[in-house]
Amino acid sequence: MHRFANPARFLRIARAVQPWTAAAMAVAFAVGLYYALVASPIDYLQRDTVRIMYVHVPAAWMALGAYSTIAIASLVSIVWRHPLADVCARAAAPIGAVFTAICLITGSFWGKPTWGTWWQWDARMTSVLVLLFVYLGYMALWSAFDDRQRAARAASILALVGAINLPIIKFSVDWWNTLHQPASVFRRGGPTIHPDMLVPLLVMALAYLLFFVTTLLMRMRAELAAQRLEVAAERRALALEGAE
Amino acid sequence: MNEFFSMGGYAAYVWTAYAVTAIGLAGLGLASWRRMRALESRADRLRAVRRSERGQA
Repeated sequence: MHRFANPARFLRIARAVQPWTAAAMAVAFAVGLYYALVASPIDYLQRDTVRIMYVHVPAAWMALGAYSTIAIASLVSIVWRHPLADVCARAAAPIGAVFTAICLITGSFWGKPTWGTWWQWDARMTSVLVLLFVYLGYMALWSAFDDRQRAARAASILALVGAINLPIIKFSVDWWNTLHQPASVFRRGGPTIHPDMLVPLLVMALAYLLFFVTTLLMRMRAELAAQRLEVAAERRALALEGAE
Repeated sequence: MNEFFSMGGYAAYVWTAYAVTAIGLAGLGLASWRRMRALESRADRLRAVRRSERGQA
């Protein structure tokens, strides 16, 4: 773990890995979209609207995945004061927020033709909306401080408190009576979804995961460059003060 | 081909969901890439300037 603590080493690895994750993402999206839109069968009840599943469900998974990344990185930041952990957590937040927004919007466009409603204030939908607000609050908190260390500390604590929402989202469909269907992939006893639909779904999920990794690396590199510029500006300001 | 675009009469829902996803992911990916390029090139230029200053001194 601490071998990656060195930002120079991280940058070297990120630059080497990124073209591969980007290329793999492009392949996964091409294959996944072909199956999702053309080769996969229609549902006997939902007809073609079932195709929305292939963009909606991976967005939901990655909304939780990105938040888990932030929560783990925040814990690492608090316990070990690992400098890259804060960079990682901050970089993951906008990606997670976009996944959550995509999840909510595509869910709405799936709900209207299948349930007859765009929105319902039930446990699953409300807890995912709360997740979006937690993401936005987390990002706002980061930019509310001038001092990076203090911003990191406050953001980490918010991220860990907000992690309570993750199991609530996951089990909301079991704990409460909701309009949303229960889990059909990650459940005890195995998936209840037919392989003809499960395989395209997993390929799309892989594409989303690779998008997350690629974008996270880009945002972490940007963040590290921004830090270098900040340090340089500070040094210059001090040097000018000394010259006077 | 027409069948593909009409999505069994659900074109408005299916294609809107895919369009929202595409715009969201492509927009974020592109913005992240451009931000990375801009900040890294500024940081690299700064380092080059500082190195040349040190060389003169």
